[in-house]
Amino acid sequence: MPTRRTIVLGTFGAAGALVVGYAFWPSSRIRRANAMDAAKDERFVSNWIKIANDDTVTVVIPHCDMGTGIFTSLSQMAAEELDADWNKVTAETAPSDPLFANGALAEGFILSQQDMSGRDIPPFLRGTVANGFRMVAEYMDLQVTGGSSAVRATGMFGMRLAGAAAREMLLKAAARRWDVDVASCETRSSRVIHKATQREFTYGELAGAASDYEPPTHPRLKDKSEFRLIGRPLQRIDIPGKVDGSTNYGIDVIQPDMLYAAIRISPVFGGKLKSVDTRIVEGRRGIRQVVKLDDAVVVVADRYWRAKAAAADLDPQFDGGGHDKVTSASIAARRLEAVRGRDAKIDLTRGEGIDALARGTSFAATYSVPYLAHSPMEPMNATALYKDGMLEVWSGTQDGLGSRAFCAKAAKLSLDKVAFHLQPMGGGFGRRLPGQWNFLEYAVRTALAVPGVPVKLIFTREQDTQHDYYRPNVTSAFWGSLGPEGLVRTWVNTYTTDDGANPQAHIPYDIPNQQIGSVKVATHVPTGPWRSVEASWHGFFVESFVDELAHRGGQDPFEYRRALLRHAPRHLAVLELAAQKAGWGAPMARGRGRGIAIVESFKTIVAQVAEVTIDAKGALKVDRVVAAVDTGLVVNPDGLKAQIEGAIFFALTAALKGEITIDQGAVAQSNFNDYEMLRLADCPEIEVHLCESDGEVGGAGEPGVPPLAPAVTNAIFAACGVRVRNLPIKNHSLAPSASVTTSE
Amino acid sequence: MVSLKVNGAVHEIEVEDETPLLWVIRDEIGLTGTKFGCGIAQCGACTVHINGEAQRSCVIPVGSLQDAEITTIEGLSTSGLTHVQQAWIDHQVPQCGYCQSGMIMAISALLAENGDPTDEELAAAITNICRCGTYPRIRAAVRALASRED
Ligand code: FES
Ligand code: FES
Repeated sequence: MPTRRTIVLGTFGAAGALVVGYAFWPSSRIRRANAMDAAKDERFVSNWIKIANDDTVTVVIPHCDMGTGIFTSLSQMAAEELDADWNKVTAETAPSDPLFANGALAEGFILSQQDMSGRDIPPFLRGTVANGFRMVAEYMDLQVTGGSSAVRATGMFGMRLAGAAAREMLLKAAARRWDVDVASCETRSSRVIHKATQREFTYGELAGAASDYEPPTHPRLKDKSEFRLIGRPLQRIDIPGKVDGSTNYGIDVIQPDMLYAAIRISPVFGGKLKSVDTRIVEGRRGIRQVVKLDDAVVVVADRYWRAKAAAADLDPQFDGGGHDKVTSASIAARRLEAVRGRDAKIDLTRGEGIDALARGTSFAATYSVPYLAHSPMEPMNATALYKDGMLEVWSGTQDGLGSRAFCAKAAKLSLDKVAFHLQPMGGGFGRRLPGQWNFLEYAVRTALAVPGVPVKLIFTREQDTQHDYYRPNVTSAFWGSLGPEGLVRTWVNTYTTDDGANPQAHIPYDIPNQQIGSVKVATHVPTGPWRSVEASWHGFFVESFVDELAHRGGQDPFEYRRALLRHAPRHLAVLELAAQKAGWGAPMARGRGRGIAIVESFKTIVAQVAEVTIDAKGALKVDRVVAAVDTGLVVNPDGLKAQIEGAIFFALTAALKGEITIDQGAVAQSNFNDYEMLRLADCPEIEVHLCESDGEVGGAGEPGVPPLAPAVTNAIFAACGVRVRNLPIKNHSLAPSASVTTSE
Repeated sequence: MVSLKVNGAVHEIEVEDETPLLWVIRDEIGLTGTKFGCGIAQCGACTVHINGEAQRSCVIPVGSLQDAEITTIEGLSTSGLTHVQQAWIDHQVPQCGYCQSGMIMAISALLAENGDPTDEELAAAITNICRCGTYPRIRAAVRALASRED
């Protein structure tokens, strides 16, 4: 058996040729797409682009909308190369069919893997691959939305090429009609123009003829200087439906004669249902059925409220699955022991590695982050109908095609017996990625038990909080030694991991001796990707330790990082921009402090400066966060800024308050009363500055998260001398008596 | 039987008195713009106007609302968009958008009472949760609405 990595790299080894190789559909595939997804008066001209007789260009997006603006930015990229009139461009979600699988996404990652060492599948795709339904080796067909991948993979490897190819086909069709040379024609604003005679056809007039041509495999892409749409802050096309209540999220699906379901899942992960007395709810108004699953009870009723109230009144008994003694403290103790032991698997060694530690002044520190729930505002839900051997499912997930396959597997049906309707999502943050679809599974199992009628299963917020796939709880230990001038000479790091080595633990800093390794600590708590995945913890660890080393070396943390980043001009530019905009170095009042951090993730470099105030009683206020961002090519600057702003706030909630704890094997928190959220009053002034570069296109949705926590804890240290090494910050006293200590 | 006026139309609702208004609006009347987020008055996704006041409909038993006038996001404006909705587009506020019905209802009720809230007043009045973190834009949109001349 070849390993997973050899399959992937083996198949895509000569990736250069494959980019165009299957970024394009042959005309036979276009005919199938027309049959499946085009209205009478529209045609697919290349994959993902339909042009209607009335010139409307519809960009078919192989991703789902979860609020990150990708429908707009991807359409912008396709329309740019197509030379389309932006006022006539719309977007729609691709059908959940293999025909619309996103080859570009696979290619984007396979290509970028060529320069990644020791890298397997990107973490946000691991669940997909693991579900085994789709053959990685064959096509790696995907519609995944995650890993900040839409613009950098689908956009760069798919949408732009599709737009450019369609444009060349339209040019050919026009030249043929006029019987002139293609070179004598040009395109502008959804028209082909014959330059000499100024005759013109609209794209709508040419679409039919154009779609008969075989798409060119090497269409010419525009140079940056020719862009008219890419780089403009165009308004998001999904926003109007989000201000008048008309966007139809998964939870809003209404089907004729639909029933509703509420669920109680075993509180201990892995526990099984022993018994449940259903008599107290039977015969109540509207209650149709109580479905017993192996690890859950589902109440099906004619109204959601009735189902929810009845489910709450049940007292199901579950066994503990062998995990009912586990607590957060027992997990933390195991992690601490692991990082201090000698079993780390070394992932990277530079220079003399750990042997250099003995020279110079050495210093050690251990950090940790807790489990976190995703808690998107829309609780997990899915509607399913099992009728006459066919299954139909409606839900918001981060992979429509994968969801369809997942539902087929859960129902033991073949793919052609299953339809999946992808709905917009009220937030995702990783929760709805493959591998985390318990809500789909329970909805399907409920539908099978109540055949013939559609059933909408909605998790209560309590079930949503307690049956997530959590951001892992991670502990990371560091040892460093400083040279005579205070600069760090040796960097040793061992961290715990749920799966394997995390490339994100590698540092951008120029430190001659390094050793980085991980040690696996398995628990029964399900974990999964959470906005920025492993960068959400390594960003905090690395940027905290560098800060501590700077202070140990008696140096300014900004200048210290500059000195360590001399070899990395893009990092340096981002760091300096953030510091300059934040007024780094300007004196601050007593009780106030500034902290800085810089993290590259998903190919985007973000630096942040946080300003905090700590009052006499130790109450913390984060006043301002200034971010500088280098994401290479910027498609929609306003959309990018919105993503960074949102990421900063999301990360701030986690840094200050976020903590899921385990008690008797189960999650102790339940709703927003005990899994607390920041609100408007807590929102600092946020400034985002973009520094465009010629770097590779980076992600937008996630990279704003990682630098926030360390920027804030570094600012706390500057303000009051307390070093927060274990998140969340709410667990630490910042009152003056605690000053000049390390809070563990 | 409870008689409710929702967005100007009268509905005779025959459900248990303790049924929260949220589920009556969504499942009996079929208006899905009002959202379920927490069910315990924490998040504000379910905010509607009851006799002109912003209220969290997930904890209000429908039995207590005989003859109340209720406005949901669908009924906020009878023609086109309100100034608040337009400001939300101008400032590109929503991300996933799920919290925004409730947010817009809460902000609209606040501005009807206090057309020019300070940042402190705004923060005290608006305690809705937005997981996407659209607050900086909410602030900017409200500032623009407050300085609007009309
Ligand atoms: S659903 Fe009513 S406040 Fe959250
Ligand atoms: S816009 Fe997504 S929760 Fe507010």
